[in-house]
Amino acid sequence: MTQAALESPAEGGETAATSRRFLVYRGDSNDGQMVEYSVPTLEGMVVLDAMHWIQAHVDGDLAVRWNCKAAKCGSCSAEVNGTPRLMCKTRVDVIVGDIWVQPMKAFPLIKDLVTDVQWNYEVNREIPPFTPPADVPSPWRVQQQDVERLFEFRKCIECFLCQDVCHILRDKNEKARYYGPRFMVRQAYLDMHPMDVRDRTGQIKDESGIGMCNITKCCTDVCPEHIHITDNAIIPLKERVVDEYFDPLLWAARRIRGRRQKKRPSSR
Amino acid sequence: MTVEVGRPPALRSQLNLWKPLWWAYPTWVVTALSAFGIYAFFAMIQKAGFAYPYLSPFYSPHIVISGLPISPAFYVAWVPLGFRLTCYYYRKAYFRSFLWEPPACAVADRPGRYTGETRLPFVLNNFHRYFLYVTLVVLGFLWYDAIRAFDFHGHFGIGVGSGIMLLNVVLLSGYTLGCHALRSLVGGGIDCYSCSLAAQGRHRAWSGVSLLNNRHALWAWASMFSVAITDIYIRFLIHGVFADPRWVS
Repeated sequence: MTQAALESPAEGGETAATSRRFLVYRGDSNDGQMVEYSVPTLEGMVVLDAMHWIQAHVDGDLAVRWNCKAAKCGSCSAEVNGTPRLMCKTRVDVIVGDIWVQPMKAFPLIKDLVTDVQWNYEVNREIPPFTPPADVPSPWRVQQQDVERLFEFRKCIECFLCQDVCHILRDKNEKARYYGPRFMVRQAYLDMHPMDVRDRTGQIKDESGIGMCNITKCCTDVCPEHIHITDNAIIPLKERVVDEYFDPLLWAARRIRGRRQKKRPSSR
Repeated sequence: MTVEVGRPPALRSQLNLWKPLWWAYPTWVVTALSAFGIYAFFAMIQKAGFAYPYLSPFYSPHIVISGLPISPAFYVAWVPLGFRLTCYYYRKAYFRSFLWEPPACAVADRPGRYTGETRLPFVLNNFHRYFLYVTLVVLGFLWYDAIRAFDFHGHFGIGVGSGIMLLNVVLLSGYTLGCHALRSLVGGGIDCYSCSLAAQGRHRAWSGVSLLNNRHALWAWASMFSVAITDIYIRFLIHGVFADPRWVS
């Protein structure tokens, strides 16, 4: 939708707007309510367009966080008709009836649709960074087959919709015991990286709390980048934890022959 | 695509309560798994699962311990039961449907303390790979039974039962060989696939298991129903409800 069409929706000629009823959460952490707006819509319009129209024409103080409007910055996360979504990727014409727009429930509310996602960055700092071997100078020669499964994890845009929908964070508020799906993806990337030498299994089990996840796959369902969070990140990490802590045969093998050194590609 | 939506509540605190048709999946799972569980118990207490040359999957491998008045089905029932109870797909199914943790995405959990899979009994899900090992052995017996289903007194033949038993074991193989634990064991735990010939072979194995794993839920349901249908067919033959249509060379 163009800016001109947004500014003058009634003058759209053949693409003349029809109105849709939006109910948008307005308020802060103390008090709030759903406020009704009638917004003119055009073909291809997304929910974020409607929020911009409300800001421009009705309530200039409506708080909305956004940046790219191209589903790449991960800023405009909210709950549209009860489902965590990127507002810039949610077309208005696929929704029948009223459109309810509410802030993410898992994080403290600042104002209207803006939540405080600071906790996620604090968790991120607790994860040890990428640790290459000290004795293998870069540049490294890494084969495609060694890194191809990592590309999926790099698609994460940190919208935190997976964190929002995760019931452990959302309903149980167990943020002290579980890092959440986003950071399982990050740890999967690091732990599976052929040039990362750090043993991360202990932290994945204890500090990250991977045992809290009960595989309900909601994080995968809401991911706008279609990352298979559960199947390709969380479950493989769970299996690595099983290798280390719950498999008596592997434990006995390690006792007998010692811990094997992690193999890694050689330097160029 | 048009998404039909209902009316959500006005207050943020009630947001969890609104989700159109959220109950459909848990209702389906509770109904289907309960029905299968009841039927499986009924089939196992019959103490009979063989209609020449077909052996019911509930009774395979056929173990008889003389002097014990226990149905042979109970000697092997723990294998598929344990494998499916600890399966990563069924974990999603029963955590959502029976335990409501949560019943659907963005729908409120059942109230109460939540420990996930860190405490008994669900910490036992970590032993899924051991049930996998035993299930692979049982799968071998089921393939043997399926091949025997084409042997009619030393002559090759094809009956409706042969086809059902073959389809059943194919579906069970698709489910078992697409297991998440197997995917990890064959190659998912390796970080450097290019480092040795063995690792390259394991990368190919991992890719193959991943292909089946993509539709693990579908394999899970299809194989569960095929086990029931195979048993129902054999049970009809046992009770003489109809004769098995067959061609024998």
